[in-house]
Amino acid sequence: MSRTDHEIVVDDPTAPEDDSPSVVSSDTVEIVVCLLLLALAAILGYDNWRTGASWDSTGPEPGYFPFYLSVILGGGSLYGLIAALLVRRAASETFVTRAQARRVLAVFVPTLLFCLVTQFLGLYVASFLLIAGFMRLIGKIALWKSLLTAFLFTAIMFVTFDVAFDVIMPKGPLEAAFGY
Amino acid sequence: MEAFGLLLHGFAVLLTWKTLVLMVVGLVLGIFVGVLPGLGGPNGVAILLPLTFTMDPTSAIVMLSCIYWGALFGGAITSILFNIPGEAWSVATTFDGYPMAQQGRAAEALTAAFTSSFIGSLVAVLLITFLAPMISSFALKFGPPEFFAVYLLTFCSFVGLGREAKHKTVISMSLGLLLAGVGMDTVSGQLRMTFGSAELLRGINFLVAVIGLFGISEILLTMEERLALRGHAASISLRVVLSVWKDLPKYWVTLLRSSFIGCWLGITPGGAIAASFMGYNLAKRFAKDPASFGKGRIEGVFAPETAAHASGTSALLPMLALGIPGSGTAAILLGGLMVWGLNPGPLLFVEHKDFVWGLIASMYLGNVVGLVLVLTTVPIFASILRVPFAAVAPMIVVSCAIGAYAIQNAMFDIWLMLGFGVVGYVFKKIGIPLAPFTLALVLGNRAEDAFRLSMIGSGGDLKVFWSNGLVGSITTLAILLLFWPVIDGLLARVGWTRRTSATSR
Repeated sequence: MSRTDHEIVVDDPTAPEDDSPSVVSSDTVEIVVCLLLLALAAILGYDNWRTGASWDSTGPEPGYFPFYLSVILGGGSLYGLIAALLVRRAASETFVTRAQARRVLAVFVPTLLFCLVTQFLGLYVASFLLIAGFMRLIGKIALWKSLLTAFLFTAIMFVTFDVAFDVIMPKGPLEAAFGY
Repeated sequence: MEAFGLLLHGFAVLLTWKTLVLMVVGLVLGIFVGVLPGLGGPNGVAILLPLTFTMDPTSAIVMLSCIYWGALFGGAITSILFNIPGEAWSVATTFDGYPMAQQGRAAEALTAAFTSSFIGSLVAVLLITFLAPMISSFALKFGPPEFFAVYLLTFCSFVGLGREAKHKTVISMSLGLLLAGVGMDTVSGQLRMTFGSAELLRGINFLVAVIGLFGISEILLTMEERLALRGHAASISLRVVLSVWKDLPKYWVTLLRSSFIGCWLGITPGGAIAASFMGYNLAKRFAKDPASFGKGRIEGVFAPETAAHASGTSALLPMLALGIPGSGTAAILLGGLMVWGLNPGPLLFVEHKDFVWGLIASMYLGNVVGLVLVLTTVPIFASILRVPFAAVAPMIVVSCAIGAYAIQNAMFDIWLMLGFGVVGYVFKKIGIPLAPFTLALVLGNRAEDAFRLSMIGSGGDLKVFWSNGLVGSITTLAILLLFWPVIDGLLARVGWTRRTSATSR
């Protein structure tokens, strides 16, 4: 049945193993999320109540609509919390395995650093560093390929947005040195 | 027919070299986005939206909607060749599409998918052409209570008809509505929920949230999975195309049925994903030999693809006519309309005739150009998957950041995008649906304004939502839909339901 005329094959050497141990279960995450949402609902509810959540001569006060929404949000998360606590005893699904968490962090941490660098050195420098670094360190792609790709992509973005479409991006000292 | 004349005018607006070039660029970008792992329709449109900020609205919407069509076409390529559905609604296409590719009939399956997508969209566009002007002229009579009732109906149908746990839909929706209210209150000018932060004064921008929720979180989710893939390279010859098209009339019942299902579910909020499954299942049920489905039957490609495209396209109908998006992508297009200073809703058909009919005409033209484009360029796009994800992922991150920054020129928005990326990742993993959140965020202010205006008009009496037959029936319908699961359960218990095996899902 299965003919071997596959012509496009891409391997993923660093794929997460299937038997990796669980870091945290879905139920636990659900409980934490519900608690956070409950806290958010309480804070926003309080703020709206302070702004004014009742009626005055001109109709509902500004906090009226969002106040009741905070109540609904609170109710929903409370229900979710109780539901999650009740089913907790049953076999729980894995939220993320250790191997998966490693891979997710391998994207998330560079993204976080990218945002930080953008804040200080501008978007284009950060973008060059992110692409080159990510391809080299995480993708294990040859250095020259990584640098070239990063440079080309960043240059294309610069020409497209800053030059052609006049969409101005945050810039840092490097661009300033070139007079942009 | 008035609609016909206006449509011709729309074509006249479109048929310039500049628009046609934009159309092709949009389609290519869209197919690209649809083929790449970790990106799909809504993400693609959200990320590429900033490109259009400096264009005039008509060119911008033409390009964006073409990105959308392209992404829909692109999803079929990966489903059939690699057994990887790019989107939830491409899942049903893999059932028969991939077996066909394994049997060496990839070209046939792809032609079938593209052609049926084209037919599905065409039926939906025809529906939009003739129905949207009627609905919008009817909706011109709407006052604030009617509009609030329609918004309520949208929200309630998400809760009542959605497949997710009800409380999760409620959480997602109320959070979206709340975040929409952050910043300056449009009626009184007072600040709300800003906690003294100058950055929050601007409010939480819908598009920034969407880029984070769909773009960044999708990258995180994609990384969790094994990214290895093997699939078939395929090129489509004219001979295959013609032979599939020659057989097309034989399947007219399937095509028509799927188009109808797609249009119906597309207009219903939250129904877009169900359409392709329903199209597939009904085709299977009505077939003489249901057992042959799943083993590479061409009808198994026709049915879900037609329904998916019909629903994806008809989801734009309520957005254009009422200002209520029927799907996540439609919500993002609606966000785009607001950026260009257009107020979606019934007035759009009166005040911006050129724009609306240009858009509708672009749906016809974009689908024709798209069909030709995908049929001729499949081999190129299939080989995009050879590009390692380690190169694609950082580029997507950069594009997301550019998109988020460009909307309001604010560094804060890049951080906000990152935050929403994490939220989207966690929400998706614990089953809190993102579509209601998106919809609530984009409609929040308008829903609140409609509510407050009706309350001011009635002096605070909730009976205003039952003050006449129209608003009363919409509100009642909304409440019925909200409690639909309960009502359905009760009816089943009494034995009033047609279904013999109640709640068998």
